[in-house]
Amino acid sequence: MSPDYESASNAAIAGLKRQRERTINFKYLLKNKWLYFFLIPGFTYFIVFKYVPMFGIVIAFKDFSLVKGIWGSSWIGFDNFYYLFQSRDFFTILRNSLVLSTYQIIWGFPAPILVAIMLNEVRSALFKRISQTVFYLPHFISWVVLSGMIIQFLSPDNGWVNRVIMAMGGEPIHFLLEPAYFRSIIVSAEVWKELGWGTIIYLAAMTNIDPTLYESARMDGANRFQQIRHITIPSIMTTIIVLLILRIGNILDNGFEQVFLLYNTSTYSVADVFDTYTYRIGLVDGRLSFATAAGVFKAVVGFVLIVLANRLARRFGNQIW
Amino acid sequence: MRKRKRLNMFNIVNHTLLVIIGIMMLYPIVNVTAVSFSSYTAYIDNPMRIWPEGFNVDAYRQIMANPVLWRSYLNTIIVTVSGVSIGAALYILTGYPLSKKHLKGRQLFMLLVIFTMLFNGGMIPNYYLMKTLGLLDTLAALVLPPLLTGFSLILMKNFMENLPEELEEAAKIDGASDPYILWRIIVPLSKPIIATLCLFAAVTYWNNFFTGIVYIRSVDKWPLMLFLREVIEASKMRELASGGNAAEMSMDQVMTENIKYASLIIVILPILFVYPFVQKYFVKGIMLGSVKG
Repeated sequence: MSPDYESASNAAIAGLKRQRERTINFKYLLKNKWLYFFLIPGFTYFIVFKYVPMFGIVIAFKDFSLVKGIWGSSWIGFDNFYYLFQSRDFFTILRNSLVLSTYQIIWGFPAPILVAIMLNEVRSALFKRISQTVFYLPHFISWVVLSGMIIQFLSPDNGWVNRVIMAMGGEPIHFLLEPAYFRSIIVSAEVWKELGWGTIIYLAAMTNIDPTLYESARMDGANRFQQIRHITIPSIMTTIIVLLILRIGNILDNGFEQVFLLYNTSTYSVADVFDTYTYRIGLVDGRLSFATAAGVFKAVVGFVLIVLANRLARRFGNQIW
Repeated sequence: MRKRKRLNMFNIVNHTLLVIIGIMMLYPIVNVTAVSFSSYTAYIDNPMRIWPEGFNVDAYRQIMANPVLWRSYLNTIIVTVSGVSIGAALYILTGYPLSKKHLKGRQLFMLLVIFTMLFNGGMIPNYYLMKTLGLLDTLAALVLPPLLTGFSLILMKNFMENLPEELEEAAKIDGASDPYILWRIIVPLSKPIIATLCLFAAVTYWNNFFTGIVYIRSVDKWPLMLFLREVIEASKMRELASGGNAAEMSMDQVMTENIKYASLIIVILPILFVYPFVQKYFVKGIMLGSVKG
């Protein structure tokens, strides 16, 4: 067999293969036409409502006016970002955002772990179920309702918190007008709202612990604290680390609603975060390009952080995607 | 003997702490309920009460006389029902193909979904999109933005991936088409996850304030949360103006306080009512969907 002939026949076979692949692809599509058809409405939604706005960030690079539209407005390059980074507001919102998130992590992150461990030690199924039902409930209460409760409870004249302060001989405090209290109020409200809900994932991790581990630990004379320390906590450690990393990846997200509903002009200095600032400057004051630039900064930094966080989380043998 | 005593001690402390947490979770809700049914003098007398005194429903009567409440209640019901049903249909349709490991292009589709969880256009581009589509100040602007989320879609996909394949194969051999299999086999098997996602969506729509404040202007399109906020704001402004002096409060302000408590209860009533019945469903759903993430 001459080399020429061989290469020619190889080429012919390759050609045939390619052709067969093509026919298979067509057949494949035909066979699975319904599956692809099912995807159309969902993906149209994702394209229109998630991807199209991503291209809308060009607004940040334009002198945008709603009347002229995106194409009619003139380009101004990075001017908006330049002004943003120059402005005092930027450092205020960046600092507020980071400080608030840090408080939320310090108080809000360990609390559900502790409660999940406590719930895990409960032997009575009925008691456990009732407590879980009660603990999850606040998660379903909206921030509007919760802010209404907070405003009422903290009210200087009839709120019960100030009644208690007065009964102990103190002066009533205008809690919501004092910048010093704003972060504590937001963070405690959030802990109250999400404490129970946060336990679900840890309890799920705990159901995977082999019960014989506890049995043998008991045989060796370990008390309940020792069992928690040497079995429960190490078993959920991966979950804890992964969730912590991802939470830190979301550090610029403070939640629009809780801040928006509870802040006011006297607490802007500690309360204003990226989303509330974007709303006020953009949709209230109408400086759309400038507000978009603030939004883009948050989205880009957030994206980088969350991708890094997931990388890191993957290293601990777990990930979101 | 000593050991057993210590075990009991642990249990007592643990249970006591859990009961205290439970009371902290329930107290605000119980307090608001009790005050909403109390007379104003009973409330001034003791705002911490957990049991109504001078039982009356005046506050409820007053708030229910407000036509805006009914209009926004209806709006929220329309938005919730349409958002949940359209969303459920789309989650099922989209989740099923994505659960097929053999589907070519699946990786690409998943990547497109996941990317939306990491990056977004932000508030202003979204607002501009709504404006361009002519959806500003329509109920559709409340339904569409929260309709699908990558997170829920992945829960649905993961759940469907874990369904036994044999049933489908058998149906295929009998000549069943994909729509038939999806409707008659997959959907009935996926009930737990569908119920879970519907619950999540219902709560999201019911509680949604953000899309309302950004996209809705006219009062007759208000969702419930915008109405409630208006009630809260109205009394907050009055309270700040009164300088915090209870003695100087007029009858008008007195009514506002009780009305506020009543409106809080009216707004969370549906959730309080269905919550105990559906509670165990969603916990199971989250666990089923997230295993093997």
